[in-house]
Amino acid sequence: MTTGATVLSLRGATKRFGGLVAVNDMDFDVTEHEVLGLIGPNGSGKSTTLNLISGALRPTEGTISLRGTPISHLSAADIARRGIARTFQLVRLLPSMTVLENVRAGAVFGHRRRWGAEADAHALRMLALVGLDRRANAHVGELTYIDTKRVELARVLASEPKVLLLDEWLAGLNPTELEEGIALIKRLRDEGRTIILVEHVMDAIRSLCDRCVVMSTGTKIAEGTPEQVLSDPEVIRAYLGDDDA
Amino acid sequence: MTKRDWQSITLSAVLLAVAACLPLTGDAYMLSIGITIAMYAVLATSWALFSGPTHYISMATAAFFGLGTYTTAIGIENGLNYWVTLPIAAVLGAVLAVLVGLATLRLSGVYFVIFTLGLAELVRQVVTWGQNVSGQKGLYVLTDITEVHIYWQLLVLAAIVYLTGWAIGRSRLGFALRIIGDDEEVARHSGINTSRAKILLFMVSGATAAVVGSVLAPRYIYIEPALAFTPMLSFLVVIMALLGGTGRLWGPLVGVIPFTLLWEAISASFPNQTTLLLGLSFLVIVYLLPRGFVGLIESGKRKLREREAFA
Repeated sequence: MTTGATVLSLRGATKRFGGLVAVNDMDFDVTEHEVLGLIGPNGSGKSTTLNLISGALRPTEGTISLRGTPISHLSAADIARRGIARTFQLVRLLPSMTVLENVRAGAVFGHRRRWGAEADAHALRMLALVGLDRRANAHVGELTYIDTKRVELARVLASEPKVLLLDEWLAGLNPTELEEGIALIKRLRDEGRTIILVEHVMDAIRSLCDRCVVMSTGTKIAEGTPEQVLSDPEVIRAYLGDDDA
Repeated sequence: MTKRDWQSITLSAVLLAVAACLPLTGDAYMLSIGITIAMYAVLATSWALFSGPTHYISMATAAFFGLGTYTTAIGIENGLNYWVTLPIAAVLGAVLAVLVGLATLRLSGVYFVIFTLGLAELVRQVVTWGQNVSGQKGLYVLTDITEVHIYWQLLVLAAIVYLTGWAIGRSRLGFALRIIGDDEEVARHSGINTSRAKILLFMVSGATAAVVGSVLAPRYIYIEPALAFTPMLSFLVVIMALLGGTGRLWGPLVGVIPFTLLWEAISASFPNQTTLLLGLSFLVIVYLLPRGFVGLIESGKRKLREREAFA
């Protein structure tokens, strides 16, 4: 499924924090309708890479472009408006608002902007998509953990992004929830959305990703289908250490 | 607009009309308290428009207020009509708000509080210095505007502030501000230009405080920096707004009325201990009523609903 047009591309993207190189010279492309897994051991720079794409951090060097237009100099707000939306590693909801209002935030200010009844109707559709439409008027404090993740996902979807960034969206779920979660993302994938997935859950990577980019200590060490990269000796060494390779 | 909107608008108009009749009583003391209440109602409400949703506590009210007072005083001294000085004060207040906003709104929490507190003091010192250089101590504001005129002007201003607040509350800007207050990171990543939204609201708040200063200038007759830029004003506005609660547009007003009356009593009975008692009331409010009267009323309503649900 790598025949579509390139939506997002990173060229030499680098992030340094003082002497520490968190992301080193990353190159990769994401094509339309593709689900790309960004994987690697803890501290390998996956989340930092996601932060560079979403504009939470600005790259020290290199460029990131959306459909050929450089976006790496833009603010997070501008990048969101151009159509890159993200979830956060630790779920971030708007605590003073209802479920529906949380989702409306995405519908009102995102890539495609709506207002009034149109925004509410759209937010409700997104809630239905993640299976939470019955709880639209609940307060976010009353939700279970997976439901908070669903609200965040619905908020992101409500902005109709061109690229969806999911930062360990499946982390912390129990086995039943995990199944539901994987099924939900699979549905998004089948709708033809373009997704970058930072993930540790191997089952999810195998069943969801078209392609994977593997990072270790800030550098890309492998790229290919899940089967290819997960059997790559260097990837195994990065995950498990030298002795087991 | 819904039926409820019409109800609130009608109710507000009636209340305003009743308030406008106060001077007809002919009681000078009542009028003087009425002016103080109207003045703090406008200041606290416009303060809460910005600080309520964003939780950025601004201590700069005195800077904007003093700026307005001095604009009118200097304007009249140089032969300008009083009415011309009001819009000038509004524009200057908005400009000062933009400057402060650009410099500080990237700061958050306590840094913003300290900066705004320092700003009021800085402006006061600059004006004092300017007057020392020019050899003047203060300025006379001599007009034929009476207390009644001042009172009515403040009521009109209050109506404008409430309408503005109501319109903002229903707009994208108001929604953006609530999101910013909840989580600025989410706001940014949802596509909200957070600095612009905050500066716009801070301008509304700053311009209003400046106009209030202008309107009040003729009342003082003689103004000097220590009076026009008194930090006490900033503190009182914050306390009153917090006492009422910032979660609703009418919240600050509910704090302003009892606190002004209390303050009158304190100033009359304990003129030498006012600062001490101000500090004490601040502590009491923050400890006992963290969400103000609005919070009290709403949790009361919720309890009542729960009890009905059980019954």
